[in-house]
Amino acid sequence: MTQILVRYCTLLILTLLVLTIISFSLAYLFPGDVLENLTGLVPQNEIQRAALEKQFKLDQSYVHQFFYYVSNLLTGDWGYSFTSGLPLRDEVGIAMPATIELATYAMLMALFVGIPMGYYAGIRCYSTSDYLINSASITIYSFPVFWFALLLILIFSLQLDVAPLSGRISLLYNIEPVSGFILLDILLADIENKPLALKDAISHLALPTFAIGAIATASMARITRRSVIDVKHRPYIAAAISRGLSSWQIFFRHILRNALLPILPLMAIQITTLITNAMIVETLFSWPGIGNWLIQAIYQRDYPALRIGMMAVSTVVITLTILVDLFNRVIDPSREKYERATV
Amino acid sequence: MSYGLVKRLSLCLCTALVVASCAKQNKQAFYNTGIIYCSESNPVTFNPQLDTSSTTSDASSHQLYDRLLDFDPETGRIVPSLASSWLVTNDGLTYAFQLRKDVWFHNTEYFTPTRNFNADDVIFSIDRWRLTSHPYHYISGGRYPYFESIGLAQNIAAVERINGYRVEITLKRRDSSFLANLATDFAVILSEEYASQLSQAGKPSKIDELPVGTGPFKFESYRKDHFIKYRRHENYWRLSLSAEENDNGYDQDNAEDSKESENASKLAIAINQSDESEHSAVEQLIFDITPRSSLRLAKLMTGECDATAFPAQTELEVIRAKEDLILAEKPGLNIGFWAFNTQRPPFNNPDVRRALAAAIDKNTLLEAVYFDSAIRAKTLLPAASWAFQNDADDTAYNPVLARKLLADAGIKPGFSMTIWAMPVERAYNPNATKMAELIQRYLRDVGVEATIVSYDWTTFRRHLREGLHDSVLIGWSADNGDPDNFYRPLLSCGAIPSGTNRAMWCNQDYDRLINDALKTDDIEARRAIYRQVNRLLYERLPLVPIAHAYRYQAYRSELEGLTINPFGGVRFGGVEKTL
Repeated sequence: MTQILVRYCTLLILTLLVLTIISFSLAYLFPGDVLENLTGLVPQNEIQRAALEKQFKLDQSYVHQFFYYVSNLLTGDWGYSFTSGLPLRDEVGIAMPATIELATYAMLMALFVGIPMGYYAGIRCYSTSDYLINSASITIYSFPVFWFALLLILIFSLQLDVAPLSGRISLLYNIEPVSGFILLDILLADIENKPLALKDAISHLALPTFAIGAIATASMARITRRSVIDVKHRPYIAAAISRGLSSWQIFFRHILRNALLPILPLMAIQITTLITNAMIVETLFSWPGIGNWLIQAIYQRDYPALRIGMMAVSTVVITLTILVDLFNRVIDPSREKYERATV
Repeated sequence: MSYGLVKRLSLCLCTALVVASCAKQNKQAFYNTGIIYCSESNPVTFNPQLDTSSTTSDASSHQLYDRLLDFDPETGRIVPSLASSWLVTNDGLTYAFQLRKDVWFHNTEYFTPTRNFNADDVIFSIDRWRLTSHPYHYISGGRYPYFESIGLAQNIAAVERINGYRVEITLKRRDSSFLANLATDFAVILSEEYASQLSQAGKPSKIDELPVGTGPFKFESYRKDHFIKYRRHENYWRLSLSAEENDNGYDQDNAEDSKESENASKLAIAINQSDESEHSAVEQLIFDITPRSSLRLAKLMTGECDATAFPAQTELEVIRAKEDLILAEKPGLNIGFWAFNTQRPPFNNPDVRRALAAAIDKNTLLEAVYFDSAIRAKTLLPAASWAFQNDADDTAYNPVLARKLLADAGIKPGFSMTIWAMPVERAYNPNATKMAELIQRYLRDVGVEATIVSYDWTTFRRHLREGLHDSVLIGWSADNGDPDNFYRPLLSCGAIPSGTNRAMWCNQDYDRLINDALKTDDIEARRAIYRQVNRLLYERLPLVPIAHAYRYQAYRSELEGLTINPFGGVRFGGVEKTL
């Protein structure tokens, strides 16, 4: 077990190191002057330039600069955004949880709706209800997420007026960000009208969560269905049938857990898709998450923000992926002890 | 089975929507305690003295601050605000302001006032932009664009404290637009006590970032690109004023004032003219910063905003069609015109200019370019100005007369000229190129070949200043209701070098008249002078006034008391929300 953990930790650290190198070199890969890209300042004269270069350690070797960058990252000094002038750590600290929150609820939707639907379709495979679920899921799965989100806005916000179309909560509420998760923060906040605030936040969450969640749900249902059908055709199921077990007993004793095993690794892939989709949907719903924030940074050519944003998003994705994989390894006895860790 | 399936499916799909609709079912009273305004951009600062952009004054001027005087949004007259009355000496050089007592500054997390508003605050606020030696002058850049553009600082000789609630301002030259300038969005009153606390703390620049004023709302927080939050100012002076008024306490106060000043030459009206008390019934005011116009409209439709800034021309019909939305419109303080370069022949001949003016049909231009969101301009002044002359002479569409005048002036058919069309959209001319094309067509009918010229905005204005144009389609937006704000910058000789006189027109009679108008404070006398000015302009026609564009404000029907302020930024004081 220790060995497994060490393997995964090494993998995580190495991947993050590679990412750091890439994000470090971005400053040199962006078009324009490196100093201007890093500071957002245009030095007026050579003296000023030299001073700035010294301050940002640009006068030293790449290796030195890289270690300086890494030590800054680790100590939490992530630099400042050109446009807002605020520390990037604070900005990412507000934007990132918003995205993760959205992705989490969508994931929950996929788990609690998609998997049961997949089981149902798998058990009753090649029946009318299976075909129905299957075709519905393929239809939803093929929707481009931005188009689907726009459709939801058009119908539920603008036509039916049942859900708001932008933001996390009405600006009338003053919610202090503690965890960054709006629902949690409302529960923690010291405000009157808590139920009303929750209601408001949920109504803001509904459409973006549904937009991302529907697609994740569809793919989850399809994966589960496939897995259940595979398990159903295994010899031990035939044996169980011949032993005279009822279909419920077969389902709970044999199919349920065995079908879950191949689903879990695929969930790890889903996380990446979810976060990417969340970032796209955010911009449509003016959700103050990392995707929206990155788009603004791109518009404004805010290079330090882009660099840190890319670093933050990829760190989250990599860490989650590795954690899910580790979790699989722990619960799946069928995998070999010495199998290598993968991303 | 399939029945159960359908049930389950529909359950799954609808869960989110049911949750969403719950929130909308009964709108709680809580939502009435705050107004959300979708503004178009970030303010540059929270002190409108430092910036002339309308975004800045929207976010600060009428929300956070008060001025000594105000414009009445209906009549355009100057009404008392922090100054309850004022006296002007006979020579028109000394203005004495009686200040209101019991006016409190905001009590915020960063400042607790220990005294109420008095003369020191007025002196501080004016001296800050007036005196380069003032300790706060160079804080936040040291540029005060509005006051610089009208040269007000140079004309003020002294600002003196007579007693705690009386301030005297002495001018060097007579200037009857002085009071109007004090009523603009930019002449706000800051807290002297706050400033001295800040300089003691060594953080003077906070005065413009964490503002303190006497206005109906106090500053709470600001997140760039996201929101500005304000809270109700619980000690707002207009609140107690309306209570006092019921006891007639205020009127007595006033009577005393007038007794004191019997020997003075003239007493300006000091009765509180705004009988609708401007107290804020809402607890919170929030500016939701939404740069995209279509998103602002969408938020207005879903009720996420109660009011929005600058609805686009193309969205006006959508707003009108919605029952729960109100589109308020009012003629703005602006003018779109067609100016001739009067220093170039043959445009130096008034008959040629009159001929060209007679060749175009202004009404068609209004329909095609403004989509009827403007009114036809006869003179430079829009109806919102007190000096507006309803019966002024106007040019009429008469191609026959135009051809005759051109022939008389010796212009041969086939004569060619340029029409410069400004490359940017402005309320006073949303599409100058289209207007130029229409005019081109009209001119062809009278035998004049026009070519349309356009550059990028900076180059365009530089070339205009150099006088390279034959004629230009451009306009002007004024900052206050005083007619001098139109006549002087647009056509006076002095405005040629600064580049606002697009007609390059210099007429001694005209300059004498508009200077005379500033030498008197009698509104009727000034009005008579401006009548003469209008007559002169009609005869000489250095420019053809085309349109005064409307100003629009879109808001939800729940809001009550929101009016368009033609003299500057939006005002949320006194606005209420009902369901």
